[in-house]
Amino acid sequence: MDTDFISPAEGNRKFLQKLEAMEIDVQSCYQCGRCSAGCPISDFFDLNVMEVVRLAAYGAEERLLTSTTIWLCAACETCASRCPNDIEIAALMDVLRELALRKGIQPAEDRVPIFHDCFLNSIKHWGRAYEVGMIGAYKLRSRDFMGDMKLGMDMFLKGKLSLRPHAIKEKSEIRRIFSGMGKEYER
Amino acid sequence: MKLSYYPGCSLQGTALDYDRSVRDVCRALDIELIDIPDWNCCGASSAHMTSHEVGVRLPMRNLLLNRDSNLDILVPCAACYQRLRAADLELRNNPQFWDVASYDSSFRILHISSFLADEEIIAKLAENILRPLDTMAVACYYGCLSLRHPKITGAVNFEMPTTLETIVKALGAVPVKWSHRTECCSGSLTMARPDIARKLVGDIHAAAKRGGAEAFVTDCPMCQANVESRQLDTAGSDSLPVFFATELIAAALSGTYPQKQQKVHLVQPTAMSKIFSQRETAGEETS
Repeated sequence: MDTDFISPAEGNRKFLQKLEAMEIDVQSCYQCGRCSAGCPISDFFDLNVMEVVRLAAYGAEERLLTSTTIWLCAACETCASRCPNDIEIAALMDVLRELALRKGIQPAEDRVPIFHDCFLNSIKHWGRAYEVGMIGAYKLRSRDFMGDMKLGMDMFLKGKLSLRPHAIKEKSEIRRIFSGMGKEYER
Repeated sequence: MKLSYYPGCSLQGTALDYDRSVRDVCRALDIELIDIPDWNCCGASSAHMTSHEVGVRLPMRNLLLNRDSNLDILVPCAACYQRLRAADLELRNNPQFWDVASYDSSFRILHISSFLADEEIIAKLAENILRPLDTMAVACYYGCLSLRHPKITGAVNFEMPTTLETIVKALGAVPVKWSHRTECCSGSLTMARPDIARKLVGDIHAAAKRGGAEAFVTDCPMCQANVESRQLDTAGSDSLPVFFATELIAAALSGTYPQKQQKVHLVQPTAMSKIFSQRETAGEETS
């Protein structure tokens, strides 16, 4: 049996310190399971929400960062809203996703981070989301060429997709936001 | 009354008609909306899910821009509302961390339904209705982000919200009792994992049908697009149209539900169009 989880390695202690600094108190979980019970996407996860919290308390960073759960979580915040011990589970999911990206870990569910990246690139470029450009970029990078073709056409014909982007004036301010002033992650 | 207005990106794209109805309703209520000048995207779920910094700094810029007018900000989109509130909290707790000398702005961030469900506004709406939406059975659907996390949204009844029900009742519609009012539709996953969206929207649709609804009413542009479109894959012609609360208010106040508005729906908006065509016919008969 793999007992690595129980005695955190050096790197994992750093992970636990990070959670503590962000006031994500995973240690206070007593495994009531209310988070998993209310999660609408649990059926699609490889680790359920309660397992994520428990593994986080063990400092099992690697197992968490390679899970499908962190990418399939929709950030609906049902788990955190209902946790009787007030554990910031939704914030924990955010931390895990950001760490996985910063460490360049191959995502177990690659289309989701590709979508986020395409969405954010369009904001970086225009200051506002540009749906048509974002969808085009996503299709190219995910190689999901046929998915939702009909829906896309229907929405276009209904005037729901604007061909022109809406650019803001002070785009340099947006680029500065994206330039990685990052104070939090020095790892 | 004067308010700052933060439409958000959806209301310039897939939910263009939502923007139109919000502006129409506010005009009818004598509320002047002033767009936050040069506002930018709030980053939605994608930003905070992948970068805490970007996820705070994007919505934060809009709050800093709003300091000039210092007016309360009206926000029609649930995601924008949640992100602006989250940035507001961060700024108040630790402005220096975000390179802001001090932050003690007094303006409030208002979500559209809480704002409209206010007693005074409901009374004013009720007075000015030209055509009540009599007996239309609607499933009020809140989704996630205007409610959760209550620490961010400030939602009082985050498990049992009532704002949409209050609004539709004032219009003469009948809110049905049903189970999935605050369930997630997985809007942020709908493109990358349409199979998950189909499952969640399928459950939401089935619950609304069990409740006896003929339509959904929501205030979230992502829910509107996702629930209306993903139903088509699983429920086909049994799908229910998803209306914006302000779309219904605008119709009830003006007494018309124009063709142009009917056409933006992916699901036939029969629940609404039949009320207005019946009334038109009835009006012709009596005149």
